Amino acid sequence: MIRVVLPPHLRTLANVGSEVNLEVDSPVTTQTILDALEARYPTLCGTIRDHVTQKRRPFLRFFACSEDLSLESADTPVPDSVVSGDEPFFIVGAVAGG
Amino acid sequence: MTSVRVLVGTRKGAFILSSDGKREQWQVSGPFFGGWEIYHLKGSPVDPNRLYASQSSGWFGQVIQRSNDGGQTWEPVGNKFTYEGVPGTHQWYDGTPHPWEFKRVWHLEPSLTDPETVLAGVEDAALFRSTDGGTTWNEIAGLRSHGSGARWQPGAGGMCLHTIILHPHNPGRIVIAISSAGAFRTDDGGATWKPINRGLRSEHIPDPTAEVGHCVHHITRHASRPDVLFMQKHWDVMRSDDAGDSWHEVSGNLPTDFGFAIDVHAHEPETIYVVPIKSDSEHYPLDGKLRVYRSRTGGNDWEPLASGLPQQDCYVNVLRDAMSVDSLNECGVYFGTTGGHVYASSDAGDNWTPIVRDLPPVLSVEVQTLS
Repeated sequence: MIRVVLPPHLRTLANVGSEVNLEVDSPVTTQTILDALEARYPTLCGTIRDHVTQKRRPFLRFFACSEDLSLESADTPVPDSVVSGDEPFFIVGAVAGG
Repeated sequence: MTSVRVLVGTRKGAFILSSDGKREQWQVSGPFFGGWEIYHLKGSPVDPNRLYASQSSGWFGQVIQRSNDGGQTWEPVGNKFTYEGVPGTHQWYDGTPHPWEFKRVWHLEPSLTDPETVLAGVEDAALFRSTDGGTTWNEIAGLRSHGSGARWQPGAGGMCLHTIILHPHNPGRIVIAISSAGAFRTDDGGATWKPINRGLRSEHIPDPTAEVGHCVHHITRHASRPDVLFMQKHWDVMRSDDAGDSWHEVSGNLPTDFGFAIDVHAHEPETIYVVPIKSDSEHYPLDGKLRVYRSRTGGNDWEPLASGLPQQDCYVNVLRDAMSVDSLNECGVYFGTTGGHVYASSDAGDNWTPIVRDLPPVLSVEVQTLS
């Protein structure tokens, strides 16, 4: 079970709590996590990555296990502790404000 | 019983203001979609409880929301706006070619006959249509590909298609406007388009009378005379009596003819309203006095309307989609400010009162007259 932590605005949009649990087939990568997330919550399509290019939206980043995975290939396997569910996969929005 | 619903889009959410036909007591609901920019929301003329809202964010992109109960509940629908074919390029600020990139929906225009059909004006400028209640969107590609698209260039606010005017009797005729490309018209439902900017003069572009390149801020018309158009250009208030084929200036005695909003009285097709703004470098009213100007002669002869509006130290703006009218016997006029007030007049502009204060900056105001 993959744990995904969404930024607050996307929780509201998808009508979910702070963390969602997803079944993701191996290999578990950023791509397969986002595919599973969008399949379960179609309203999130286009809000995290571009509909067509599938590129990450510029003001969002992906973190796990204190690492920034944003610039990794979307096909790179995520850390084992994310796969085991010990650590969540974070989708984080850039901080706004002064 | 007649009532009025005012749909307000702001920088940080949507609000719905409701009143009975007296328009004295207003109930405010919202914010809906708190924290998101709501560029525009509008109801179907066929089914007033069917509302569409454009919800967007620099972080999360575009969402379209739909309501079937007058805004009490909402559901996100389709947000995939993909340009038809190879998008090509338009001009960037420095004149270099720049790829077309979807950024947001500025304006939603529901069909006059079908609640499931709605048009969307987007940035980078293009027109999209949904015929399934906003679930899927397809570009009306003839607009961008008619020939001048590669020469369009954004204004400071972005290259947005912000105005969509449907014809009540001729479904093939649509007028749209783009900042800062100009106005365009189709007479065949969107297959072919032509620029309709003859008579516009813009001193800030290399050729002041160019076919395209004019910074049109907003266009409006009265339903009873759909081919008489009134335009607030960057500078200049303009009028066309031939569906945009030619324009002439009707700024007349306005103290400044820069501005964004323009609208027409619900029952008097020659009565129009603008909110003069000092200049394109100072986006606030002259002398700190917020005044609507009304012409009862279709332009040229204007009178200031200030009763109830702040007449000192007021430095707000009124944006292009932030003015609307109701259709009660005594026409109501409404506008929202970047200071977060929505002002209403229930006597065609003679007297004004704020019907809500201190909202986030107001981006759009649409009014529904319900019976």
